[in-house]
Formats: sequence, C-alpha cells, structure tokens
Amino acid sequence: MNFTLKIWRQQNRTSKGKFIEYQAINISPDMSFLEMLDAVNRDLTKKSEDNIAFDHDCREGICGSCGLFINGRAHGPQRGVTTCELRMRHFVDGTTITVEPWRSRAFPVIKDLVVDRTAFERIIQAGGYVSVDTGSAPEASSIPVPKANADEAMDAAACIGCGACAAACKNSSPMLFLSAKVSQFALLPQGNAERRIRVQQMVKQMDEDGFGLCSNTYACEVECPKKISVVHIARMNREFLRAKFL
Amino acid sequence: MRAFIDFYNSSVGKKLIVGLTGLLLISYLVIHLFGNLLIFRADGGEAFDTYAEVLPQIVVIRIIEIGLFLLFILHIITAAYTWILNKAARGDAYKIQKKNETSKVTSRTMFLTGSIVFIFLVVHMRQFWFNSRYEATEGYSMFEVVRATFSNPVYGAFYIVAMFLLGFHLKHGFQSACQTFGIRTKNYVSFIDLIGIVVWLLIPLGFASMPLYFLLYF
Repeated sequence: MNFTLKIWRQQNRTSKGKFIEYQAINISPDMSFLEMLDAVNRDLTKKSEDNIAFDHDCREGICGSCGLFINGRAHGPQRGVTTCELRMRHFVDGTTITVEPWRSRAFPVIKDLVVDRTAFERIIQAGGYVSVDTGSAPEASSIPVPKANADEAMDAAACIGCGACAAACKNSSPMLFLSAKVSQFALLPQGNAERRIRVQQMVKQMDEDGFGLCSNTYACEVECPKKISVVHIARMNREFLRAKFL
Repeated sequence: MRAFIDFYNSSVGKKLIVGLTGLLLISYLVIHLFGNLLIFRADGGEAFDTYAEVLPQIVVIRIIEIGLFLLFILHIITAAYTWILNKAARGDAYKIQKKNETSKVTSRTMFLTGSIVFIFLVVHMRQFWFNSRYEATEGYSMFEVVRATFSNPVYGAFYIVAMFLLGFHLKHGFQSACQTFGIRTKNYVSFIDLIGIVVWLLIPLGFASMPLYFLLYF
C-alpha cells in the first residue's frame, strides 16, 4: 500500500509547527500505524533527514504512550484500539493521511507528534492512589468485594492514561480518565477511606492544569481505546457531590 | 461563603450549577406551559385573561419571579463562563477534527442554541411580560395581545423556530444535567431518555402550538 502523509512537524515547544508531506511506499496492510511511521523514518534516516518524533513504548496497547490524532480522530478511525494497534489495512490505499499531535493547552507539544502529558501524572499524584500499604494479595475472602463492584472497578482500571479523552473532547476535558481513576478506588474497600479527599483533590488538580470542563458530549467514550464508559463520569460527579455535601 | 466560592471555582461545581439551574428552569417551563394552555379554551380568551390578570397579584408568584430571574442569570453567566474556559483549554485548534463521528450536534451547539434562545427570551419578555406589567392600560387583554402578536407571520415563525432550538438545547441539556448529577447510571439511561422526550419534544411542541394555532385559525 502507498500513502501520502501530512505530518505535523514542530521543532520544539516554542516554535511554530506546520504540516509536511511524506510518501509512505510499499506499506504492508498488516503493519501497525507506528510500524508504518518507522518505515517512513528509515527512509528519512537514509536521506539524513530529521526523523518524525512520536511517543511509543509497549506497542501492544497497554502502556498508554502512543497517541496520535489521525485523520481527525484520536487513535485513528478504529474503535477500541490504540495507535500502535491500528493496522494499515483500515486505510484506503493511495489516500492522504493527516497526523497531528494531541492538542490541548495542558498537553504542550514537545516535538512533532510528542506531547507533554505530565498533567496526567499530576492528577494521579493529587489522589489517584491508596495511602496505606495494602500488602501482598490477601486471602480471597478476607475482604469481601461484590462481584459486580470488582468487575466495574476492573473495567475502570483498564484506563491506560493515554490522553485520548482529553484530546478528542471539544473542551479538552480529561473527565473520562479522571473518573476511571476515581471509580476504580471508590468501588473497592481499600479506596473507601480516602474517597472524599481523592475526588476533590483530583478535580482541583485537573482545573489547575488548565483542562476544560466536561459538557457530556461523550466523544471520549467513542475514542477511548479501552472503551471506558461515561457511567464512570456519572459516578465521579456523585462522588464529588457526596464529598461536598454529605 | 468560602465553601461556595471553592465549589463555584471547581469545574464540576460549575457544571452542577448549570445543571441544577437548567433543571429548575425546565420545571418552570412545565408550569408556564400548563398555565398558557388556557389560551385554547373556547371562551374568547376570558379564562386566559383572568389567569394573566390574577397571577401577578399573588405575592408568592412575584417572589418566585425574582428567583426565576436569578436562575436565568446564574445559568447564563455560568454557562458562558464555562464556554470561555473551554475555548481556552484547547489552545491550538486541530487542523482536522471529525467531531461528527464522535458526538451529537446537539451536544456541541449548546452555546449557540442557548444564545438564540436568550435572544428569543428578551424579545418574548418585552412583548408579553413587560407590556402587561408596565404598559398595560384600562381594559388590557392579554389574549388580544397574544392573538395580535402570533397572527403576525414574522413573529409567529420566529417563535416557532426559537421553540425548535429550545428543543435542541433541552435534548442535550436534560440528559447532560442528569449525568452531571450522577443519576444517569446504566440502569436509568433509558428511563432518563424517555423523560427526556417529554422535556425536549413535548414542551417546545406545546409552546409552538400556540403561534401555530393563531397563524392557522385567526
């Protein structure tokens, strides 16, 4: 397969970026999107040109490092996959593919397609943890957890913090990420003790980082590679109300 | 007061205020609609005129009126404030973003539909509320004013279009408020959507039926 790529190139945080066109030639349909970029970078290396910078790590959809805005969609057109899991067969041969970095004031571009996502780290540091050492895995029946709660906490814990929710949201709101973290702890006994302070501090940090406000358009749910449900946002709102008023 | 300022300053707090005021305004719309349905009584507008005359004489109604005014102000100012914050949160815009594939148009146009409904509200208040309250002369008939106004095709059409946009606004607004209050859980999504139909379809339809009635029959 052959593609024309329009890729956002930006030298550093302060410089003004622009789209540059590249040709991706002889691309296998089974290649992942990142492997296709690797191939383009190999060609650039041969020509002694500056490689296209993009974030990646595990390349199996679990680390949350990769995240590109492809043809106007976070992680591309396929649902429930990260950029590294996206295969080139999902694109039409011979077409032009536009690739941009996540765009959010809270995610400044570092270089080309790489953005600074430490804002998410700060949100986790504000409350996305359990303060006490919970030790090693306890006896299965020593802390009773209803199956439904365990399942839902597990679904929430599937969030890999890639930033697609904030990237896709028209308001650049990371509420799906934040709510998944709040849900994950609120549903389990270990997280119960700090549930009030957790939600308030995490929301406060989100606001300080300059993210937008959730207006329930649910674009995040569509774009989430882990298919996290907006039901968690409703729970997070409940947690917030409970922390403030009950 | 400190607690309230903290609450208002937080993003979720602002959303809760927009949601709460929105839900209260919807409940007002229901009452407003039921009262106005008197206009369809085949008594030459007598019942409607009595209703319009007696209502402002009740002290409680005048107090509620002030509360209602404050609700509108709080809803509009907070929503506009969040809109400004949200615009700033993006920074550089995407060169290509296919919003149509990920969200509904009603959810993305709340500020626009809300703004148009606000313009309608100003015209509407001037036409009916201000007139009857401050410019009414002896023998003032609200029914006659309504008939004269709605028989005018320009105003009638404006009213109907505004009601269509109100429906658009409420379609997202109602379920969004339920989500913000955390009651839109898995088990209640379909129930909230059902109530939502009453809110976004029947309320605007009920209001739009009035200019339609006068346009067609008078």
